[in-house]
Amino acid sequence: MADWFADNGLLLGLALLDGISSAALIFMVAVGLTLVFGVMRILNVAHGSLYAIGAYTAASAGIFAASLGLPAWASLPAIVLSAALVGAVTGPLIETLLLRRIYDKDPVLQLLVTFALFMILEDVQKLIWGVQPMQNDTATRLLGTIDVPFGADVIPFNAYQLLLLPGVALTVLVGLTLFLRRTLTGRVIIAVTEDREAATAIGIDSTRVFLLTFTFGAALAALGGALSSPTASVVPGVGASTIVLSFAVVATAGLGRIEGAAIAALMIGLGRSIAVYFAPEFEVVVPYIIMVAVLLVRPQGLFGVAVTRRV
Amino acid sequence: MSRPGGKQEALLALAGAAALVAIAFGAPWLKFVLTIALAKGLAVLGILLLLRAGQVSFGHALYVAFAAYVVAFLAPLVPEALVLLPLAALGAALLGLVIGLFVSRYREIFFGMMNLALSMVFYSLLEKFYHFTRGTDGIRVQPPRVAGMALTRDGYEWALFGIALGLCLVAGWLARIYLASPMGQALSAIKTRETRLEFMGISARAALLFAYVASAFLAGCAGAIIAMTTRHVTPLLGYWTASGELVFIAVLGGAGAVLGPFLGAIAFELVRVYAAATLADSWQLILGSVLLGVILFASRGLWGVIEALLRRGRRA
Repeated sequence: MADWFADNGLLLGLALLDGISSAALIFMVAVGLTLVFGVMRILNVAHGSLYAIGAYTAASAGIFAASLGLPAWASLPAIVLSAALVGAVTGPLIETLLLRRIYDKDPVLQLLVTFALFMILEDVQKLIWGVQPMQNDTATRLLGTIDVPFGADVIPFNAYQLLLLPGVALTVLVGLTLFLRRTLTGRVIIAVTEDREAATAIGIDSTRVFLLTFTFGAALAALGGALSSPTASVVPGVGASTIVLSFAVVATAGLGRIEGAAIAALMIGLGRSIAVYFAPEFEVVVPYIIMVAVLLVRPQGLFGVAVTRRV
Repeated sequence: MSRPGGKQEALLALAGAAALVAIAFGAPWLKFVLTIALAKGLAVLGILLLLRAGQVSFGHALYVAFAAYVVAFLAPLVPEALVLLPLAALGAALLGLVIGLFVSRYREIFFGMMNLALSMVFYSLLEKFYHFTRGTDGIRVQPPRVAGMALTRDGYEWALFGIALGLCLVAGWLARIYLASPMGQALSAIKTRETRLEFMGISARAALLFAYVASAFLAGCAGAIIAMTTRHVTPLLGYWTASGELVFIAVLGGAGAVLGPFLGAIAFELVRVYAAATLADSWQLILGSVLLGVILFASRGLWGVIEALLRRGRRA
């Protein structure tokens, strides 16, 4: 065992750091997915596409900013602005034109509708951005690397992934929790989540809450994508893998659980990055092994509440 | 509401089969397209069984791809189509049983997404274990003998077309019997009120598991036929877009009757032959838009249109 650590300690350290930064990204997508599900009871299959669109928009915006001759630090606000833009445009469009028509339909039809939207958005990306990988790593280079002491070794790791990504994820987690618990709008959202009928009965406009929540969820997905763009190139198909990965997180945590999603994202992000370094063939399988293992023991997820079945 | 009776449906099926044979004679190059369409129709019939229970699987291409790879691996060892096909389909059914034992505990969102996740895992395993599956290059399938005979190219194509058509007729007939039986009726009960089913002493999980294994078997038949017809298997057979296509065809054809999947599959493949090459980059976009249109405005699909015509004809 000690020998193993001597040989592989450095790899393990890298895997941990990588895992934390990828967990931060997965969390931002998953938390939007779970929030939207909690309020609207619709699992948005197209949520991963919003992540991809956020990533593409941020990469384009960064390249555009550089072409204008703006300084390198401008790529950071460009990321946030792109995410806000994608959320503000796609969210209301999708909610009012599409989802609003299907709230009273069969669950299977709701799933099919968001799946159709997913198919459409996957090609919209190809039509706008083409099929060539896109990357703009200005932001990563801007922040440089930090030497992380690990045992006897030192791992140089880039500050963007080490500090910025987990920092933003934590801010989202704390901010969202405070927003939901402390503000009026947040409490209204919780009320609709808990009992839509009762909430409507006491005068809450659930239409407005749905619109607000969906737009916010879309913006979170886009933020995850936008933040990922400086670390990895954006390629077609990223939307599909993102939705299954974030679904794995949401299901592991329990549908609708926000703090749970953070822990599940950490488990799955670490599991996956450890696999990347030690058994690369199994990288894609690990998240689902974790999910299946959790669901076999707790079918409602780690933090989910078991629901009584409808009669 | 009056529905076309069983006799009428059987007549329509036979007339449709005769029309397909006539088309295959008249335009020999369409034989290939029709064989693929019929194979997909089989897989979609499986999706229809699950839709009856109100469940949708976004990952059934997994079973198509699995059976196709079984054919590709076994073809050099047992070069006989009539052995390869049942072997591959049974293999898919067995895999369906193992996965089904797990996913039959879940409904709706979980059911759909679990299937999607598992199929994506299978896809990436096919892609990554290069030394075994040759990755995205895929494997060439040697044309097997049919009933012991080594056929010419044309004879082989006819044989596969015949096998596919025969299988579709038998599968459609069996599916009708199954859906009318108590086990099949239990599926509709899962969709409406699952608890009532349990109160009657019927296990909803067992009813769904049976339908799931049957759907995996049907998808396996489809995969085996596709592998023997195209004679080249790649991981793309199991990609999510392939699963999406199956769901698309099911909704397009209409889930109301067993003819729907075949109607949908033939319409889909014929349009695709002409459209997909020119519109490769916007193909999913078109599929998605049509899917939305059908769900929102014509939820009974192509079969619903025909059913309405038949009813009007009978009234006149």
